[in-house]
Amino acid sequence: MASRDQSSLQRVWAWLAAGLICYVPANVYPMLETRTLVHTESATIVGGAIELAEHGAYGIALIIFVASVVIPVGKFIAIAYLALSVGRVSRSTPETRHGVHEIVEYIGRWSMIDVFVVAILSSLVQLNAVAAIQPGPASLAFALSVIFTMLSAQAFDPRMIWDGIENDKAGTA
Amino acid sequence: MTTASALVIDIAPERLANLIVCTQCDALYQVRQPARGEVAVCARCHTVLVAPRAKAALQIVALAVATLILIFGATVFPFLRIEAGGVANAASVLDVAFAFSQGILTLLVVATIALILAIPALRAGLIVYVLTPFLLDRPALPGARAAFRMAQSLRPWAMAEIFAIGCAVSLVKVADLAHVSFGPAFWMFAVLTVFIVIQTKFMCSWSVWNALASQTQS
Repeated sequence: MASRDQSSLQRVWAWLAAGLICYVPANVYPMLETRTLVHTESATIVGGAIELAEHGAYGIALIIFVASVVIPVGKFIAIAYLALSVGRVSRSTPETRHGVHEIVEYIGRWSMIDVFVVAILSSLVQLNAVAAIQPGPASLAFALSVIFTMLSAQAFDPRMIWDGIENDKAGTA
Repeated sequence: MTTASALVIDIAPERLANLIVCTQCDALYQVRQPARGEVAVCARCHTVLVAPRAKAALQIVALAVATLILIFGATVFPFLRIEAGGVANAASVLDVAFAFSQGILTLLVVATIALILAIPALRAGLIVYVLTPFLLDRPALPGARAAFRMAQSLRPWAMAEIFAIGCAVSLVKVADLAHVSFGPAFWMFAVLTVFIVIQTKFMCSWSVWNALASQTQS
């Protein structure tokens, strides 16, 4: 049992802003630098997913795309929506909003997949001249973005969704 | 706006003991020990409140000990090995973390080790510390409450199972570049992931708190 934290919303917005800021360099800078005998290429998050799809690995491309684009962007929108709807009359029921918060909290950590993939690839693929993979600066930005949005989702107190609904019901009845 | 008006409730302590508050939406319930196989669910937001299992403590401790051993093994042994054009390279989980050991990316070394090794290991250790005394019918060890609270709050940060999916994705990415084979640590990680999922399923925090509370009262 814990009392309401009045600064909860502020922390939600602060972490969310930090996450958003980190998400920009995460997409602009390269995530991976692959060096083979013939050429060197660097790929951003989206570029890597597209490349996989071109190789025919649609399933994996989809996992990467969902984990590093759909989930983070969806999370930004969902958290902002939840934070805005606190204390306002909303068209969606508290049940729906509660479900949204639960999904956001559960799914957020899965975005780390891409960071781990980069780590595994760059430690494994060190074959001197034949092929080598190095992590790019985007990996740090992306990891920070995931961590910040996780903190943002945790700072959101789901009980705020339910506060005041009993009063509303009493008032309208 | 969100301030709940302060209520002064005068309830006798013995009636306060079986009150339970939903952690998600703050609805208040009077709780009784659910019968075998029963699960108590919040009527308003459907969060699972109480889901006890017979002999759960023994199973959870066993799994936690196994998790600790596997984490140790998975750290030390190589878990993937690739070969291309006569050159080979094997990587252990520590190698993976240290892939980031250049410049500012060093921060990621710390983060990776924490997320896939240190935090899962710490959680397993804390759970063993809290639950083992119950198995032996001994009073809870000092600091058991703080230890359990910490174990619960670390839950979202233990990412061993996400790392396992990351392995699968990287395998596909490397497959057309080089020949890949699994090391012993790969299988340890696979088992570890299953253990962590089962452990989360078995854990009923209400039951543990209840046991801790009854211990400190007597």
